[in-house]
Amino acid sequence: MSTTADQIAPAHDEHHAPRGLLRWLTTTNHKEIGTLYLVFSLTMFFVGGTMALIIRAELFQPGLQIVEPYFFNQMTTMHALVMIFGAVMPAFVGLANWLIPMMIGAPDMALPRMNNWSFWIMPFAFTLLLSTLFMDGGGPAGGWTLYPPLSLQTGAAFPFVILAIHMMGVSSVMGAINVIATILNLRAPGMTLMRMPLFVWTWLITAYLLIAVMPVLAGAVTMLLTDKYFGTSFFNAAGGGDPVMFQHIFWFFGHPEVYIMILPAFGIVSQIIPTFARKPLFGYASMVYATASIAFLSFIVWGHHMFTVGMPLAGELFFMYATMLIAVPTGVKVFNWMATMWRGSMTFETPMLFAVAFVVLFTIGGFSGLMLAIAPADFQYQDTYFVVAHFHYVLVPGAVFSIMAATYYWLPKWTGHMYDEKLGRLHFWCSAIGVNVLFFPQHFLGLAGMPRRIPDYALQFAGFNMISSIGAFLFGLSQLIFLWVVIKCIRGGEPAPAKPWEGAHGLEWTLPSPAPLHTFQTPPQIDPSEAHG
Amino acid sequence: MSTTTHPTYYVPHSSPWPIIGAVGLFTLMLGGATLLNGGHATLLYIGLAILITMMFGWFGNVIHESRSGLYSEQMDRSFRWGMGWFIFSEVMFFAAFFGALLYAREFALPWLDGTSSSKPMVHDLLWPHFEDSWPTNGPGRVGGHFEPMSAWGLPALNTLILLSSGATVTWAHWGLLKDNRRQLCLGLAATVLLGFTFVVLQAVEYSHAMHEMNLTLGSGIYGSTFYMLTGFHGAHVTIGAIILLVMLLRSLAGHFTPHNHFGFEAAAWYWHFVDVVWLGLFVFVYWL
Ligand code: HEM
Ligand SMILES: [Cu+2]
Repeated sequence: MSTTADQIAPAHDEHHAPRGLLRWLTTTNHKEIGTLYLVFSLTMFFVGGTMALIIRAELFQPGLQIVEPYFFNQMTTMHALVMIFGAVMPAFVGLANWLIPMMIGAPDMALPRMNNWSFWIMPFAFTLLLSTLFMDGGGPAGGWTLYPPLSLQTGAAFPFVILAIHMMGVSSVMGAINVIATILNLRAPGMTLMRMPLFVWTWLITAYLLIAVMPVLAGAVTMLLTDKYFGTSFFNAAGGGDPVMFQHIFWFFGHPEVYIMILPAFGIVSQIIPTFARKPLFGYASMVYATASIAFLSFIVWGHHMFTVGMPLAGELFFMYATMLIAVPTGVKVFNWMATMWRGSMTFETPMLFAVAFVVLFTIGGFSGLMLAIAPADFQYQDTYFVVAHFHYVLVPGAVFSIMAATYYWLPKWTGHMYDEKLGRLHFWCSAIGVNVLFFPQHFLGLAGMPRRIPDYALQFAGFNMISSIGAFLFGLSQLIFLWVVIKCIRGGEPAPAKPWEGAHGLEWTLPSPAPLHTFQTPPQIDPSEAHG
Repeated sequence: MSTTTHPTYYVPHSSPWPIIGAVGLFTLMLGGATLLNGGHATLLYIGLAILITMMFGWFGNVIHESRSGLYSEQMDRSFRWGMGWFIFSEVMFFAAFFGALLYAREFALPWLDGTSSSKPMVHDLLWPHFEDSWPTNGPGRVGGHFEPMSAWGLPALNTLILLSSGATVTWAHWGLLKDNRRQLCLGLAATVLLGFTFVVLQAVEYSHAMHEMNLTLGSGIYGSTFYMLTGFHGAHVTIGAIILLVMLLRSLAGHFTPHNHFGFEAAAWYWHFVDVVWLGLFVFVYWL
């Protein structure tokens, strides 16, 4: 491995780069754009989190106390849209921006100007989306899945929501194209595909998913728009269309979308666990193939969201078995993470705590997914809190924990300071306890029949709902610790060495901390023994 | 290790165009939503104007950089990957609408007809007299009686036009590879001409359909799929023809060399994509 000093180009650009706000508006640098994405994502995380707390506050007790039912519906709809498109997806794009070029020895993303455009579309898209809350008739309230005919009853907000979704789609597709071009074209000599870190691999596959399904979502919402404003009959049975057709098109996007939110998480965890187990990742190649199989299967399982709409029996069976098949490559992954830890010399710094919690809690979400995949059982679970428990286990202690793990893991590289380990652990334990208190009782509520997306419930559900809401506030408020740790780390702290984690491998750790603005302007030489940490 | 400071891969300095593009897109969308809510189209036009300005500025920068030799072969490959996957995303956008067409014909209509065993109730309770046939505006006869579009008039002619335009653009490419500027420009001019002829004929067809055949967007599922598929395709042809026109102007200005002409190739790829989509349309929308 070459030394770092000669890979850092002189800062010739910075002299003419604009200062202040203009710099952030016009930057083409992958690290700055990565930071923008991450800050945006954190902001949306708190916005969406506030909405979640409004929902949980209303559900603290039976009866209607705090908000109007219609506003409650707006909150469930907006919470999902903000968290999915505003918090989780941009966080992964931000991480991709920061890490992929450093991990493969590239000078920047392949198309730096387009990179800037991808980011700056997002704040505008969310301005459009969030502004609908203040319009006549309020924001969208028919659920994030936008099923017609209900969603077509949205008022003035409707075109704003649809066009905001179009903007998010444009941004995601451009971001994905950039990731693909970067990974396929900008790897340093010797960085063969099968030497790439797993985070890079999982993002490459995620990018393909994005390019394949975001346009399909665009098509689906365009049909909604024309059904509402231009008299088309796509989802109108009287005209020969079918409202169920929307669900097919939507979930053809929707299921790959949930993998878009979890594959990069798999990548992150596959980077962190080997570092703190001080052992190479077990089954690197099988991880790559498992990721690819999951991505492929994700295209043929969408019907599991529609078991109860009246599909033909052959459809029920096909989607049931195809869905269960996903458990196989997923199981391979979980096995590999455990085998990596097996007899490792493990230490439990904050990133590792989050990564280990990910493995355990994501697996719980995977198991409840398997239960839902059993078509006859799903007839009971569908549209209950059991589904809510399922997807929150895969999304919160899954995707969101991985993002937090990544933040702690690479924060020293980004800021040049060590974060406060004590506070980090405090944040972890509050989050891990909070998230389980919040979501575990929801399994019981769902199995007992409590429906989702309803602001009131029968008295027998009161106990578990109260526990769940207490967990929600514990989890929500502990994220303020996270905010504090991050701000504190940006502003100062113990200086971080180039490689703060003893067991870490990979090109990014050959760079000084903080990583200079421009890195690897001349491609580094890859030492095969250093490959895929 | 090498200590050269000369970057092998060109990373541009900060650029104002993307943020201008973001503002433009925002304005466009804001204007679109306002218009749909019954308001004015002013913002829509402003947004469009900003986006067009952005394109001139942004592409202008890229052309300038390319011509001053800042780009390496590696940069050229990035552009190729980018354009290739952009076209794939467009394919998936069309796939959603083709999917809707096939779903309606293969599933929705047979179910409404009641002969398929899985959902007879809708038929029996709501529309007991409905029989599945294609083209249709559904059991509610939405939009009233209409005549379907036949494949063998203008659409067949348009197929011929678009296919020949695929040939002329390839001929132009051969000219470019031989460094024969005359052949390049002639080929491109013919392609652009054929492209715009297609658009004009499509407009004639639409006008005929709307005024004499009572076939509109509101003509049930047939009208919906017909106009949305051919409409989005027509929009793509228009954009493609404009891109080719720009390439013609650039060829006249001598921008392309046998080794460096990614802009031209990207336009040609896009054109072939539009061509292939049309074949799908001709078969599934007009013919079958
Ligand atoms: C072994 C893997 C998985 C299986 C077998 C599975 C199965 C299912 C099934 C059958 C449903 C539909 C339940 C119903 O509506 O009745 C569902 C819903 C859902 N799943 Fe999963 N899932 C898996 C992994 C994931 C992952 C990794 C994510 C996201 C990171 C995820 C996110 C969701 C979401 C968001 C919904 C609900 C969507 C909605 O109705 O709003 N799932 N899952
Ligand atoms: Cu799914």
